[in-house]
This record gives sequence, structure tokens and C-alpha cells, in this order.
Amino acid sequence: MHQGSLPSARGSVLPRGGARRVLAAWVWLGLAAYVLLPWYLPQDQGLWRAWMGIFAGADTASGLVQAAVHGRPWLWSGVLGLALAGIGCLMTGARRQGTWLFAGAALGLAGLLGSGFLIGSRGWAFETLERSFGELSVGQLGFGPGAAVALLALLVLLGGGIARLGAFRGDVFVSAAVVSCAALLALFVALPVLRSLAGAVLDDDGAVSAVALAQRLFSERVWGLGCLAGGVRCGVAWNTLFLAVLTATGTTVLGAAIALLAERGGRARLARPLNVLALLPIITPPFVVGLGLVLLFGRAGLVNQFLEWAFGIPPTRWFYGLFGIWLAQMFAFTPIAFMILRGVVQGISPSLEEAAQTLRASRWQTFRSVTLPLMKPGLANAFLVGFVESIADFGNPIVVGGSYAVLSTDIFFAIVGAQYDQGRAAALALVLTVFALGAFLVQQRVLGGGHYTTVTGKGDTGVPLPLPEGARRVVHMLALPWLLFTLVVYLFAFSGGFVQTWGRDYTPTLDHFRTAFDLQWGVGGLVWAGTAWNSLFTTLKLAAIAAPLCAGTGLLISWLLARTRFAGQRAFEFAALLSFAIPGTVLGVSYILAFNVPPFELTGTALIIVLCFVFRSLPVGVRAGTASFQQIDRNLDEASVMLRAGTATTLRRVVLPLLKPALVAALVYSFVRSMTTVSAVIFLVTAENELATTYIIGRVGNGDYGVALAYCTVLIGLMSLATALIQWLVGERRLGRRAQEGAR
Amino acid sequence: MSIEFRQVTKRYGGHSAPLVVKGIDFRIPTGTLTTILGPSGCGKTTTLRMIAGLDAPTSGTILIDGQDVTGLGPAERNVSMVFQSYALFPHMTVLDNVSYGLVVQGVRRSDAAAQARATMARVGLDAFGDRLPAELSGGQQQRVAVARSLVLQPSVLLFDEPLSNLDARLRRSMREEIRSLQQQLGLTVAYVTHDQSEALAVSDQIIVMDAGTIAQAGSPRELYEHPRSEFVAGFMGEALLFDATADGSGNLHLGPLQVRGVEPVAAGGVRVAVRPQAWRLGSPGDGRLAATVATRAYVGAHVELTLSTAIGEIFVVTPDVRSEWTPGTIVGLDLGEGGVAIVRPA
Repeated sequence: MHQGSLPSARGSVLPRGGARRVLAAWVWLGLAAYVLLPWYLPQDQGLWRAWMGIFAGADTASGLVQAAVHGRPWLWSGVLGLALAGIGCLMTGARRQGTWLFAGAALGLAGLLGSGFLIGSRGWAFETLERSFGELSVGQLGFGPGAAVALLALLVLLGGGIARLGAFRGDVFVSAAVVSCAALLALFVALPVLRSLAGAVLDDDGAVSAVALAQRLFSERVWGLGCLAGGVRCGVAWNTLFLAVLTATGTTVLGAAIALLAERGGRARLARPLNVLALLPIITPPFVVGLGLVLLFGRAGLVNQFLEWAFGIPPTRWFYGLFGIWLAQMFAFTPIAFMILRGVVQGISPSLEEAAQTLRASRWQTFRSVTLPLMKPGLANAFLVGFVESIADFGNPIVVGGSYAVLSTDIFFAIVGAQYDQGRAAALALVLTVFALGAFLVQQRVLGGGHYTTVTGKGDTGVPLPLPEGARRVVHMLALPWLLFTLVVYLFAFSGGFVQTWGRDYTPTLDHFRTAFDLQWGVGGLVWAGTAWNSLFTTLKLAAIAAPLCAGTGLLISWLLARTRFAGQRAFEFAALLSFAIPGTVLGVSYILAFNVPPFELTGTALIIVLCFVFRSLPVGVRAGTASFQQIDRNLDEASVMLRAGTATTLRRVVLPLLKPALVAALVYSFVRSMTTVSAVIFLVTAENELATTYIIGRVGNGDYGVALAYCTVLIGLMSLATALIQWLVGERRLGRRAQEGAR
Repeated sequence: MSIEFRQVTKRYGGHSAPLVVKGIDFRIPTGTLTTILGPSGCGKTTTLRMIAGLDAPTSGTILIDGQDVTGLGPAERNVSMVFQSYALFPHMTVLDNVSYGLVVQGVRRSDAAAQARATMARVGLDAFGDRLPAELSGGQQQRVAVARSLVLQPSVLLFDEPLSNLDARLRRSMREEIRSLQQQLGLTVAYVTHDQSEALAVSDQIIVMDAGTIAQAGSPRELYEHPRSEFVAGFMGEALLFDATADGSGNLHLGPLQVRGVEPVAAGGVRVAVRPQAWRLGSPGDGRLAATVATRAYVGAHVELTLSTAIGEIFVVTPDVRSEWTPGTIVGLDLGEGGVAIVRPA
């Protein structure tokens, strides 16, 4: 905004020593990365082995050695860039320093990234280049640790240069943070998504073809309306939309009913169970409900068995299909609608309702003319969230979808199935992304405009209006059976792991747990004999690596959004929020399509899973941060800056200590989310990097429900522990606050 | 160190957003206390934040001690600020709060603590070093905020409504402390408030702001006795406005009354502001303005009366608390010297 475009460095003010030292340190770090780290990602050896060879062979050598010895002179561009930036650090005068820093960093980045994209593993990446410049004898692999650190250093120096030139009010830290975060978002969200979506335009030979795009986008399988004319099936896009509207409507109605029951139903003892209900979708893998429903309604489920026993109706797979997915999604997403709408109902100021009643409105009139209209924006929001969740859902359609195809499962089968058709997957992903973005934009609109202020700054001491009798009866009829049903489904999912074979042999057993989690004393001590240990440990390890990265980046972004003003902030905010809207399936497909060639060749590594975890959960971190920055007086930051603390010092000494609860929450939530996600990572797992959720999906595919459910039980137990931990930590903060206010 | 604004404007948001500050010029001389006074939303806090460097002006120049600091961040100006909410770091003790500015500069912890203790002693906080801000009373928190901003020995100190969170009794003693601290240390202080009595009590200079512009600047006496506009007259204490005629030789005719000794203006119609305590009450007749008591409020130190007269309703404050002033009583009004100001030619 304005401050950003200000020529802040107009006077020739000397740069403060601290910032200059920090920038110089980044120059040294970049140079060190050139000397001391393997430049490329080692292909089939561990990092440690590769590090031993930084002065040796072409696949493990450091950047400097690569450039000097192994015939890759384009890598000098980075060294040159760092050197120019280093000269800049020695300069006096903000503008001159900025020019040198900016020029050096821009040159280095352009050289490294340009050569990275133009020179592939076997010489030039594009034929035109080969024709004009002749064949290139050496190619290059994907960027490795050395390149990553050098690029990061150049990014920070670029930010420093921009700040010195006068943007960001001359704040080097903010500038560097914005530049780095923007680069990360561009690299790991925008680039892969755009690149994979661009795949929809390429025909089988890799040429740009509008015909191919049109064929894929507007094929009968996507948009066909056969089912309306009595045909077999409709297009997969219609299927997805139809399901999403059904689910969104259903979850909104039920969520509203339960929210009203909880807040206005006059039943205090429902509060605790409802809180647990609200937590369920966070701690359970998305397909658990589907599995529970299969045990009830599937071919071998209780309902079918009862029908066969009582009426002689042979069991069929009637449950699999639209109805099954819808029911499963209703269970999975109603708690989310409930959480949104409970906040809305809580936010309606009781004094508004009291005012209506003192104006002689009856309870029913008040409810209809005040309470419900005030809930409208919340209802719209819940509907859109339900819509987005439904179209992005992968776990339930794959478990209970049967032959009812939706976009997310079709994308999956286009990639992993026998057809392996990248173009088709990309086209379907494009359709799915357009749907999701559309809903996201409408949602931003709804939430942005036409706000009703329901929480006033003045103390609200009114008593909330109990529901009018008619509404109360409707709410009870909807909500109570539903809660009971939810309980039953979860109970089934839980108990499925403890019986021999569901539908045939109900002998209680721990066999499934033994298969998955057996421990034995072998010759060398403890042996993790169960088949599931591997995937559990991998998941725990990768999620634990991803959580701090995700929480840190998310909180940094939320700080930049909440506390700083700079030119282009709107665009930055939009990019950060955009990852909310990208369905997991699309992100997963994008990663596998975009990161399988140099310079970013990550397919098959654990790193790509970690990155996927980080950028999929990033919105959670941003949200947690944004919420708590709204509670922390921004004067505190300003007071610290007025006391001559630099921005980085302020963050470390003032903001971070106050942000601790949000940090913990973001850490645990991103950990839990990573543990339970399935849609994005199902494309990225390999034999050695199998994850818990994909292992379970695999078991379900084999019809091995016992082990799958046993595993789910263990996961839910673990996740409950993690969530209880957050509740405990966050709750403690609230207590401290009350004590503080009391002392005042 | 003096502070100077030259044609400074500020808007939040894009080019279409309205200006919050509309091109103001003023000067705060070295070693003086200047209050920026105005109703909420007049741009006074924005002005203060621009002195601090927390907000950058949209256009114009800010000089501190003759040097252009317009583009500098808050840390690069020798300026400290006391926030309205005090902004004490809730997770640090009082001592850590006060020594924060020194510690982040790289001063050794023991030296920083010693300097911080000395500053705390100056504001009477010796015994509270180990407490958390939440364990202090409002007045003590205020002192911590002052000590914290003094510890870096700034030459300019800024106060944003520093007394608004205190009760009335504490307010008076704190404002005297701030004033004496300023005079002892020879600080240049800019002080934002919406309370005119506070401004009158502590200032060397008052700048009255109205809707992003400076309505009038001057000494407290100048502003109270010679407001140049209806807005300033109304804001610097209560005043009623009347149309009057000047005879060109320092006399005014206000209805049947003649007022002497006002600033000489050219003969003709003028608009005058009359303070409620300028009216003298007496018996009716004798060239006085006849008035009937309409309402009466006894407020202890004086009595507030509303009187109906031929020139409209008049609000009068009289120290005569003994009389009954029963509504309906007929009295006579006239004006003494002072308390009458010409605000603009009518």
C-alpha cells in the first residue's frame, strides 16, 4: 500500500550495522553452500554418503567443483551473483547498496533458475536450444542441498536489496521474509498446479493442442447428461457437483440444527459430547466413517444380513454409489458445519433478541425475524465449506463410491490405473480446481461483504433466547437421532478391528492388531514384526518433520499479513489463501507431474511427501496465527520497534513468546492433519515411503477390513492424545489471561 | 530537538481513500511540551504516529532537529513513545520491560539493569522490578511505560492519550509528574489528548486539530481567550455564540449590553463567543439584560443556570451557591471584562 511505495531511502542514510552484518552473513552462507554441500540431489545414496563426496564425482560434487571441474560453467552465475551482493554489503549509502544487492541477487537467481530449467538431465531441455547452440555434453540432475541453500541465500539478498532500494519502508527482515515466502508459495503451490494444469493442453506428443484440451474437457465422460435421458450414467463433473450440493445442503441443515440444539436447546449436558463430536473430523482419517458404514450397510453388513435372515432378500451392493458417498460425507463434514454455525449462534448478541421481545415480538417471530437472518452469512459460509470439502474428498468416494465416479477418484484412476493418461488427469484436475476456486471466491465474497456485526464491543449480559417450541421439536427430531447414529457408526468402525471376519465370524480377537502391530523378541532384541510398523514410523517421522516447518512458515505469513503493510500485499494474501482452495487430489497430482524432472526432481523421495504435508497444512498455520494476532495488541510490536529493537528481534523477544499457544496449536494441528491426510499423498508414496493412510486404503482395497480398522483405531487413539495435548495447552492460556485481568 | 511538519498529508489505503491528515504545517520548539488536541477521528493520533515513524506520510516532509526524517523508521529516529494502552510486554517483569531498549541495543545485562533501576527510581518504581505488568495498578503501569521510554534518553518523547485509562484523581497527579519530568530533563514532548483541561494544564503550546486540519495553534491562554473559530471556542471549554456589533473603538454591542476592552476590530457585525462564567448576575434593569431562570443545577462548587432572554437561551455558571435561583426568578445579566472573544466577522 502507501507506505510500501514510499521512497523511504531518499536521504542518504547510512544502513544500520545490524542489517548489514546479517546480509553479509547470508552472502557467506551462500558461498559456503557452494563449497561444502553436494550441489545436486544424490540419486541413490544417502545424504551423508553424498556429503563425503563433495570434492569428488560429478553426481555428488559441490557447486564450486561442478563448475570448475565437471564442465558446468553456468553454475558460476550464482557465485558471481553472491560476489556482487557481497560488494554491495561493503558499500555505503542505502541506494547504492540496494542496487548492488539487487543486481547481484537477481543475476544469481536468473542464472541458476534459468540454467536449471533449460538444461535437463541429458543436455538442453528444449530441442530448439539444441538446434541453435549445438549438443551439450553434460546435463544436470535436480537441485540438491547446496543449490537449495544457495538459492535461499540469493532470495534473502534479493529481499535485502529491494528493502535498501526503498520498498518495505527499508525493513530488510520484512522484505526478505516476503520475498522468500512468496518464492516458496510460487514454487510449491502455484508452479506445480499451473504446470500440471498446463498438461491438459498438451496432446500425446507433447505439443500444445487446443483440440486435445477440448476433447478432454468436453468429453461425454466429463459432462455427459446421459442419466437424465434414462442412460447409464452422467458425466463425472455433474456427479461431483450433484454430490457436493447434496452434501453441502445436508451438512448445513444438520449443522445448524445441532448448533441450535447446543446453544439454544437448553440442554447443558450435551455440551461435552458435542465438543467431542466437533473434534472427530480432525482426529480421524477421512475414510473411517466410510468403513463404519460399510460394516453396517455393505454386502456383508448387518443390515443386509438382517434382510436376508428375515425376508430372504439376497445381499447386494446397493449401498455403494451416490447414497453411500453422500451418507459418509454427511457424517464426515457435519461436524465442520456445526463448528462454523455454533460460532455464529454464539456470536448473535442476546440483547438483539431481547430488544425484539421488548417490542412485543413473540418467541417464534423473534427467531424468524432476528435470529435466523443474523445466521444467514454463517449458513452461506457453512454451505460453501461443505461444498468444497465434498468435491475435494477422496477417501469416502474411494471406499464406498462403487461405480459412482467423481472427479477426485477419476483423477486418481487416470494416474495410477491401467490407463495412465496424464492429459486426462490434468484436464479433470483443471475442472476440479475451477469448481473449488469458484466456491472459494464466492465464499470470500460472502464473508467479505454484507457483514452483520453481531458481537458488539459493549458488554452483553442478556440471556439467549430459548428456541420456540416448534423449532425446538424440529431441531430435536433432526439432531438427536443423527448424534445417536454417529455414535453407532463410530462404534462399528471401532469394533470392526476386534472381530475375526465381519459378516461371517464375529469371534472377538486381537489377531488384526497382532498382524499390524506385533512385537517379538528376536535374536537381536526387539523385532517390530507387525506389517504396519513401517508405515506408522514413516508417517510419524515425516509428519514430525513437516509440522515445525508448516507452523513456522504459516505463522510468519500470518504475521506479515497482520502486522506489515507493503505494495502487493493483497496479491500476497490471495496467494497464501489460495492453497485453502486447492483440493488435495489436485495438489498430489501436481506434485507428481511437476517435480519429476530437474531442476526440482523430487518424485519418489520422502522430501516430496514432507513438502506436500507442509503446503497442504499451511493454511492451518496461517489461520492459527491470524486468529491470535487479532488478540495481541499491535502496540506491543510498535513499542518494541520504538525502543530500537529490529524487526527480527521484536519477533523473537516479543511476538513469539506471546504467540506460544498459537504456535503449539499450529504445530499439533499440522502434525495431526499430516497424519490423517490421504488424498494428496496417495500419489506420492513409494514402497519404502508408505504412509499409514495409504496402507489402510491398500488393505481396504484387498477387502482386509479387520486390519484396516484396527489400524484406524490406533491412529484415532494417537490423534486423540495429540489433540488432548493442544486442548490442555490452549486452555491453560485462557486461565492465565483471566488471572491477569483479575489482578488489574 | 525541534519537530517540524511541512505540508504533511496522510491517507490509509489506495488513492481513492480519504485523507486523514490534510496538509498540516506546525513546529514544536526544542524543550517544550506541545499538546495536539481534538475530537476523536481528527487525525491527532495519526499525526503523532507520523512523528514516531510508525506511519509514513503520504506526502510532505517531517523534520526532527532540522534533519529530514520522513523516510526513516522509528528505530532510526531518537524518539520514544508512551502508548495509550501502555503496551507493556506482559511476559516480562517490570525490570525487563524497562531495560528492554538497552538490552536489544547490546548493552551488557548488568549495565542495562543498573540504568533501568536508576530510571525506575526517577519515576518512583524502585520496589516493583520483579513484578509482572499485570500485577501493577493502572498508575504504576503508566509509570513503567514512561520509565521504559525514558531509559534510552530520547530527545523527543511522545504521549498518546497517556492518562485516558486512569481515574480522575490520579490523572491530575500524573499529568503534573509528566510536566515536571519534561521540564527537568528538557525534553521535547508531543502529547495527544482529547481533554481540553488536560491540554490547558500541561502545555507550552496547543495545536487544535479538526477533521485533518489545524484549526488553531498557540499558547493555552491564546487559545482559550482568543479562539479564532467557533470550533476552537467550543472545543476549548464551553462557550455560547452571539451576533454583535463592533463600533471600531474596542466596544461591542450585544443586544442591550455594551462590552468594553475586547480586541479592536473594524466597525460592523461580528460573531462573539461568551464563556458561561463571564456573565455577571444582578438585579434586573439598569442597562442589564433581563433574564428568567429556566433550569438550575447545583454541582457543589458552583451553580449552573439556564436563562431565557431576548437574545436566546443563555447558559451561565455562577459561583454564588447561596442564592436559591428558583426557576421563574427574574434577574439581570451583564458582561465583565474577559471571557468574550470575537471569533470571526459575522
